Amino acid sequence: MSEINYKPSSAIGRWFDERLPLLTLFNGHLMQYPTPKNLNYWWTFGGILTFCLITQIITGIVLAMHYTAHADLAFSSVEHIMRDVNYGWLIRYIHANGASMFFLAVYIHIFRALFYGSYKSPREVIWILGILIYILMMAAAFMGYVLPWGQMSFWGATVITNLFSAIPLVGESVTQWLWGGYSVDNPTLTRFFSLHYLIPFLILGLVVLHIWALHVPGNNNPIGIDLKKDGSDTVSFHPYIVIKDLFALVIFMIVFAGFVFYAPNVLGHSDNYIPADPLVTPAHIVPEWYLLPFYAILRSVPDKLGGVVLMFGAIFILIALPWLDTSKVRSAIFRPIYRQFFWLLVLDVFVLGYMGAMPAEGTYLLIGRIATIYYFAHFLVVMPLLGFLEKTKPIPLSIADPIISGSGNFAAARKDKSAV
Amino acid sequence: MRNFFLVILTSIFICTNIFAAGEATKPLKVDWSFNGFFGKFDRAQLQRGYQVYKEVCASCHSMRYLSYRNLSEVGGPEFSIAEVKAIASSFQIKDGPNEDGEMFERNGLPKDRFVSPYPNEKAARAANGGAYPPDMSVLVKARAGGANYIYSVLMGYDEKPPSNMKIEEGVYYNKYMAGNKIRMSQPLVDGSVTYSDGTKPTVSQMSKDVTAFLTWTAEPHLEKRKRIGFKTILYLLIFSILVFLSMKKIWSRIETKM
Repeated sequence: MSEINYKPSSAIGRWFDERLPLLTLFNGHLMQYPTPKNLNYWWTFGGILTFCLITQIITGIVLAMHYTAHADLAFSSVEHIMRDVNYGWLIRYIHANGASMFFLAVYIHIFRALFYGSYKSPREVIWILGILIYILMMAAAFMGYVLPWGQMSFWGATVITNLFSAIPLVGESVTQWLWGGYSVDNPTLTRFFSLHYLIPFLILGLVVLHIWALHVPGNNNPIGIDLKKDGSDTVSFHPYIVIKDLFALVIFMIVFAGFVFYAPNVLGHSDNYIPADPLVTPAHIVPEWYLLPFYAILRSVPDKLGGVVLMFGAIFILIALPWLDTSKVRSAIFRPIYRQFFWLLVLDVFVLGYMGAMPAEGTYLLIGRIATIYYFAHFLVVMPLLGFLEKTKPIPLSIADPIISGSGNFAAARKDKSAV
Repeated sequence: MRNFFLVILTSIFICTNIFAAGEATKPLKVDWSFNGFFGKFDRAQLQRGYQVYKEVCASCHSMRYLSYRNLSEVGGPEFSIAEVKAIASSFQIKDGPNEDGEMFERNGLPKDRFVSPYPNEKAARAANGGAYPPDMSVLVKARAGGANYIYSVLMGYDEKPPSNMKIEEGVYYNKYMAGNKIRMSQPLVDGSVTYSDGTKPTVSQMSKDVTAFLTWTAEPHLEKRKRIGFKTILYLLIFSILVFLSMKKIWSRIETKM
């Protein structure tokens, strides 16, 4: 980022800024920050995710004022929130659906990075921080789902914590340590509540680092090229990006409100309105929709340890992505073959999600296994090989100038861009 | 981005077609007054539904999360305060200890929770051949299919079980119940209750009324939710237009330069 000479306009502002340059910081990062002028709407999800995090934290703090973290009281305290707390139903539905909206946005954000190669040099650290945020999000969401202490809360917690018993030698001890006893019970609930309150603030800290790391090289962009130094490729963050992000956010909020007000329970499981009963196992134990692809991977392996290793591997493999992808070209716009594989991966994740919701048997299991194999093959075979085999299209030299390195013309590149 | 939606749509289409599996009969569809964007409860129906609950269901099913005062609250059956006091006082509540340290019985007040038919789960099971009648407060939300499913189960007792199905003692065949077996005998027959407003108490009518009532007990702020939802979305739509126009104006400075 270029240094900008900034002086607050008011005397009190100057007085304060000389002592703590907060205003200079805001001016640099939220006003002047140079942003590529060709960002499309898939780039608005960073702002939307910030909104989601803040919404979850605020509604969560209010819910915690009325919630009781005790195995005998949790379910009825949630009903108390739904019935007797003023607008408690609204706050809880925002929080519960907000988790789903958060994941919807984060998946779009991640797939956007995959399509446009935003994880590649020099943005590897942004990407890794993002994956860490995503992992913490999954932990927070999982623990949050346990708190109402319904049937799916209890049995979901049982299934997931039991995964750790697959660890050789110390598995059983680790599981009991997580439970705080010999099964999922009150100690499990209280520690999950404590951690569920802690994790969002860890996420907030990582988000600050994520944005800080982003503001070092600046945003990637749909063409995926480095920006010209003279600033002709960029616009200032405010007002151009702020207003565009706001527009996308309002549209996102309409979808969000649609769920909260007209289908508040459609993304949850009806069994979670049955109080937890350790003696009655639900017919199908399924996690929330956003964890289903990983659940499918877990169940595609007949061996418990193997399934657990593969499931965690499916997440952690993303950290190595900047080095697994050997292509020098960032944006898939100029990578005709990678583009096909990208959409195949999207389809693959949807198929995995569907199989995760179905019983693990017969055709479901078979398709789940094929989809699992493709998921890993995409990252471990396709991406490393494509960098060597793929013939990429010519790339423009800058966003503003329609000049292409090598042969070809800019019109072709533009046509490709609009087709995405 | 057309590709993106195409991929999603085709994958959903393929999945639903290959795996369109269904064993239990699909629930009946009812055109409930509380469906849709402007859905509202029918007060008279909720009041009739409460009567069915009180005279039939409540002999086995508890309603732990409701208080008698809820019956007079806006968006529900909206009984008058006097009616709710009368309803509450018809129940005996165990209270105490008093100043002598004794527990005592008193007439119910609007603030009291609905009295449960059994003191605990064991007593409920003992009285029902081992089956536990579930609490009805959030029953509609606790069953996939919701109100339609509850209504269907109440209507699902008519048919005889298939000849190859073995029905044990104390178990009943129900067309819509998951697994087609239910431990509850047919709760409603024509004329189970007498409605004071002259509505004919057919099984279908009573089932609808009590299901509407149970939908309200599960979601007491449903009307308010839909009302606020409509206003919120309308506000956001108008706001989005204003933001869109502002955005076009601001970006026009850039695009003309390009």
